[in-house]
Amino acid sequence: MKELLERALNAAQLKGASYADVRLVHRIEQSLLVRNGVVQGISQLEDMGFGVRVIADGAWGFASSARLTLEEAERIAERAVQIAKASALFKKEDVDIGPPVVQRGTYRTPVQIDPFTVPPEKKLEVLMAADAAMRAVKGIAATEAEMVFLREHKIFASTEGSWIEQEIIESGCGIEALAVGPDEVQHRSYPNSVGRHQMTRGWEFIEECDLPGHAPRIAEEAVALLSADPCPDTVTTVILGGSQVALQIHESCGHPIELDRVFGTEAAYAGTSFLTPEKLGTFRYGSEVVNITADATLPGGLGTFGWDDEGVPAQRVDIVKEGLFVGYMTSRETARQLLKLLGPSPYVTGLSNGTMRASGWNRIPLIRMTNVNLLPGTWRLEDLIADTEEGIFMDTNRSWSIDDKRLNFQFGCEIAWEIKGGKLTRMLKNPIYTGITPEFWRSCDAVCNADHWVIWGTPNCGKGQPSQLAHTGHGAAPARFRNVRVFSRK
Amino acid sequence: MLGESQIRELLEKALTISPADETEIVLEAHDSALTRFANNTIHQNVAEVNAEIAVRVVVGKRVGSAITNRLTEEALGRAIEEAVAIARLQPENPEFPGLPDPAPIEPVLAFDEAVAGATPEWRARAIGPICRMAESVGASAAGALSTGIYELAVANSRGVFAYHVGTEAHFTTVVMCDDGSGYAHRAAWRLTDLHGEALGRSAIEKALRSRNPRPVEPGVYPVVLEPYAVDDILSWLGYAGAGALAVQEGRSWMNDRIGRPIMSPMVTIWDDGRDPTGLPLPFDFEGVPRQRVVIVEKGVPQGPVYDTITAAREGRRSTGHALPRSRPQMASLGPIPLHLFMAPGEATLEEMIRQVDRGLYITRFWYTRLVHPRDCVLTGMTRDGVFWIEKGEIAYPVQNLRFTQGYVPALAQVRAVGKERWVLSEGFGFTCVPALLLEAFTFTGVTEMPGG
Repeated sequence: MKELLERALNAAQLKGASYADVRLVHRIEQSLLVRNGVVQGISQLEDMGFGVRVIADGAWGFASSARLTLEEAERIAERAVQIAKASALFKKEDVDIGPPVVQRGTYRTPVQIDPFTVPPEKKLEVLMAADAAMRAVKGIAATEAEMVFLREHKIFASTEGSWIEQEIIESGCGIEALAVGPDEVQHRSYPNSVGRHQMTRGWEFIEECDLPGHAPRIAEEAVALLSADPCPDTVTTVILGGSQVALQIHESCGHPIELDRVFGTEAAYAGTSFLTPEKLGTFRYGSEVVNITADATLPGGLGTFGWDDEGVPAQRVDIVKEGLFVGYMTSRETARQLLKLLGPSPYVTGLSNGTMRASGWNRIPLIRMTNVNLLPGTWRLEDLIADTEEGIFMDTNRSWSIDDKRLNFQFGCEIAWEIKGGKLTRMLKNPIYTGITPEFWRSCDAVCNADHWVIWGTPNCGKGQPSQLAHTGHGAAPARFRNVRVFSRK
Repeated sequence: MLGESQIRELLEKALTISPADETEIVLEAHDSALTRFANNTIHQNVAEVNAEIAVRVVVGKRVGSAITNRLTEEALGRAIEEAVAIARLQPENPEFPGLPDPAPIEPVLAFDEAVAGATPEWRARAIGPICRMAESVGASAAGALSTGIYELAVANSRGVFAYHVGTEAHFTTVVMCDDGSGYAHRAAWRLTDLHGEALGRSAIEKALRSRNPRPVEPGVYPVVLEPYAVDDILSWLGYAGAGALAVQEGRSWMNDRIGRPIMSPMVTIWDDGRDPTGLPLPFDFEGVPRQRVVIVEKGVPQGPVYDTITAAREGRRSTGHALPRSRPQMASLGPIPLHLFMAPGEATLEEMIRQVDRGLYITRFWYTRLVHPRDCVLTGMTRDGVFWIEKGEIAYPVQNLRFTQGYVPALAQVRAVGKERWVLSEGFGFTCVPALLLEAFTFTGVTEMPGG
């Protein structure tokens, strides 16, 4: 394969590229799904190909192919250069990616038990046990139990002299119970909703999740929700469970700090950002208890790797420090653009902080969240609830919607409990809360401590055209927010 | 492009080497390119050649699958071996009805040489004038223009062989100017149906007209919805409740309502994968011919679409709406209508506006998510051009609003249906939809930027 990569880089330069990189990606993905006690399928996907990204005539081009021959490597490199030259027909200025980045090395996700060494029978046994435990609860209409395992081997090489090999391993799992009443449908999920929770870890992660152990509880909660009172329509204190805080970080902090969005290059699809450059270092994003990092070095995080897909090393970056907005996620190109716009400062270096990732060999890298985390606070959850005279505790995301600048959000949760006199009381169904991003984070007055902190995995973050699904992580613990508008499904 | 004869040879070879009781091979191939622009310049420009083979094997009533994008005989043989090994691990699925039998499939022409031959230079020259137009009025255009060839083939050991090749072109633009923005989008298999420059001009004009938006209070208003917003309504009705699995599990907006009027008599919705007005695909991912299925007739739900397994559960025949079955997660979705049409009415947009005393004109919805499956309740934002209508005329632009609204009760409130329909592909599959005038739509929030 070395020859194929070298041939592609060489051909790109011969055809006129001033810069080229090539990524060869081999991905194996295994999925298992049990629904209503029936194995719906086990599938194994093998996907392999290479993509060549070039700068020619000062503009970007990219072409990719699944045909792994030397002739195809030359043809695709030439096509990438042809595309770049077409891009240059209407360019305003030459692409500037800053000083060369020369990296050589290898990275492999550390795992205790390689999930691909675990026999599928054992995986099915766990799923069937969890599914049966949910179905044993009277009133459950449908159940689902899922596992996904991923092994991605990729080689990155560039005309600047980088040569990087990485192997990323991921394990994910989840269960869901559906209860149906005369005019009501209720779901409960574990460990997270929308299918599963996922990490860059091995089979040990699946064992720790203990799907069968949690199955009866979530099934009982789904049934109980059918007859629960609806969440009241009011303004009150809200405590969010850890996975919902993770979703809140993802949508209202993770996306608006993507510098490509800020510069408008996602305007037609994912949208732009309210965190415009003049706010860097001056804007109060949240209260003083709000500290947010983008950290691609966190062990186990779904956004953890050795180098990004531009060959820039994984890094830990401050995003919000004691409530102040201090950093973006950047690429080589956008870091230079920011430097030209704002000049050098403690927050602006002109160098990428290593967040460019592509969803596969056939996609270009974009700025994607690594692990964007709300750092732990000092509270134990039981103390935080006891400290809350009146409010609502909401857990596990059910629906999410936010505007194109990431300001106006409305999130629904699967379940809630009323808090009265420092205690969780009656269960509430269909809870929804809504707000404006900085107002909401400024109203955060407490974050739970490291004992409650989990790096939640989001394996379905959409961005880009053609669309790409990224795998991102979010370290989060339960947190309390004041004066939040809550209501129920109308 | 691989072509029918090469694909037939490959698939037939795969069927002969499979040791399973039954075998299905699905091949999807793309040769596609996309040029993306923002800030009035091309910033991303990509191309891809890929083909993926999905193998589904049946051993007794055990089903296993494997997918590979390597088209060598060795890789294909390995995928079949893996699928068989996986099938043998599983308990029997007592309700698995077997693979479908062959049925006649009428081919549909959906291939345009102009789309197939579109070069990066052609795409750049199509986008350039839009960027120049936007720049000349102080606006900023962003968007994407894609062109490509798509091949789908399905073969199974019961004798099914289905092959389709089609072209697709998609164009989207968002134009921003100060605090105004406009939007345009279309999908077509023929290049001459795309009209990129005219679409760009309409988005620019809307961006200019939507500057200096005034605040508007949340509340319940009559709305004129452009087809872009109606696309969202149809897509969600299709995805979240027009498939048989959703109905069988009791989570569809159709449950307990089939045969009862729940929408305006002006609402008729059907799915037709063979209509060349849209982006046709004459068979599904099991090789079953797609039937035209009426989902709502004059406001009355008629029933969902089926794949083989959901049909067998009710003793019916598949309507040809299976998604790729080799991906287990697709089993959660069940069959889905991907080629949705809404019957046109007789009104123009101007006539609809004239019928509104005080209300809102909406270009499109954005980031819509299902809040609750019964009534198909969605929340989302308006985007790229919202206007206040006063006494039958567009009065002024207003700020974006958040809505939380059941799409089923919304369609009970239809007062007029547009006579022109657009082919759009921003949701699941594509839709061919008119504009609508609705008597009432519920807006639950506004966006205000705090200082800071």
